[in-house]
Amino acid sequence: MPSGLIPFPFHLFSFHHPSLSRNPSHTDLRGEQREIMLSVLALTSVVLLGIASQTTAIVVYTSWERHALVGTDVRLSCSFFSWQWTSPDVTFSWHYRPDGAKEAISIFHYAGGIPYVDTKGPFRDRMEFVGNPSRRDGSILLKNVDFADNGTFTCDAKNPPDIAGSPSHVRLFVFEKVPVQAGVITGAIIGVVLGLLILIVAIYYLMRFLVARRVFSLSMSKHGRKGKGKEGSQQKQALAVTDPAKLKAAASEKKKQESRREKK
Amino acid sequence: MLLLLMGIVVLHVAGLVLLLVSTIVSAWVINTNSRSDLWTNCTTVSGVYRCDPADTGVWIQAVQAMMILSIIFSFISLFLFFCQLFTLKKGGRFLLTGAFQILASLFVMCGGIIYTVMNSGWVPAKESYGFSFILAWIAFPLAFISGVVYVILRKRE
Repeated sequence: MPSGLIPFPFHLFSFHHPSLSRNPSHTDLRGEQREIMLSVLALTSVVLLGIASQTTAIVVYTSWERHALVGTDVRLSCSFFSWQWTSPDVTFSWHYRPDGAKEAISIFHYAGGIPYVDTKGPFRDRMEFVGNPSRRDGSILLKNVDFADNGTFTCDAKNPPDIAGSPSHVRLFVFEKVPVQAGVITGAIIGVVLGLLILIVAIYYLMRFLVARRVFSLSMSKHGRKGKGKEGSQQKQALAVTDPAKLKAAASEKKKQESRREKK
Repeated sequence: MLLLLMGIVVLHVAGLVLLLVSTIVSAWVINTNSRSDLWTNCTTVSGVYRCDPADTGVWIQAVQAMMILSIIFSFISLFLFFCQLFTLKKGGRFLLTGAFQILASLFVMCGGIIYTVMNSGWVPAKESYGFSFILAWIAFPLAFISGVVYVILRKRE
């Protein structure tokens, strides 16, 4: 690789390094090390990118499974990842293998900018191309699915010159009614009720804490912090007695205050 | 007083055990060759014993949730009872314990009602109700009575 193309810091690797002739200071050495590390990293990533662009094949993505009710429309999505730019000759093709059959039949092909929809097979008049090839989307729409449409759909995409890759499969399940998974609703009901319980307990403790703080700050603001501590606690006691709901909270606050005064 | 407390606790624990047995043992509806409960629907067809899981209904999951919640609340109320026994001052009422126990009984009642009303779609033919179903319906008044007793009871001694 000619060094003119890539600004490779060859000068760092020369034997007669200018900084080695004099006593290298600590910061000089650290800076040098960093430069060397960065250049090695840059070189490695360039090499890897070069290698990767040659050896990684096209990767086709579809869903793993699709579930649908009888009579509804199903969209089978297909997309791909490729290191090359999306070429105008990109092709998509869909195959269908019914459940229990050994061979797959071809049901869709997109090439040269024109989608070719199945007109003779099981999906005639029921399929529509809803993808956007310039955006690497080759999805098809199956209308009015029936139990006979259960099976495996395979999407194969080619992006010249990137053509080596394996196709991707999506299984279609057609249900009479969508089954609820076992335990989902059970767990939901239990979770909601327990959550409400915890919420109520938390709100109760929060209200008690806030009320106690309000009583405390009210008495404190009236009488100040030093010198009138006794009167403050007496006032607080008077306030507390008048409202029996705040009695417990005020008592705990009083205890805390007394212990703090004892510590002093 | 101690005797009363022991009686109360025995009542509570009995209700709890009934709840547990009725939720776990598979005998809500039994027939000569099939038994079904909240979790599976087992039948013996021509010598083969097979069980289908209970996933074909929203309401059966609601019943499962109600029974589990009633067990949880009954446990919580037992725990609260022992807490309040040692921390409540003289003359106080076991309000929290009673409240949780009454809630547990309400959940069992809801579960029992839903199951009784909706089980025609779940169980195949006209069958007789099994002992778990009956236990659930006994657990409801037991839990309710014990909850009411907790609310009325005052801590003496």
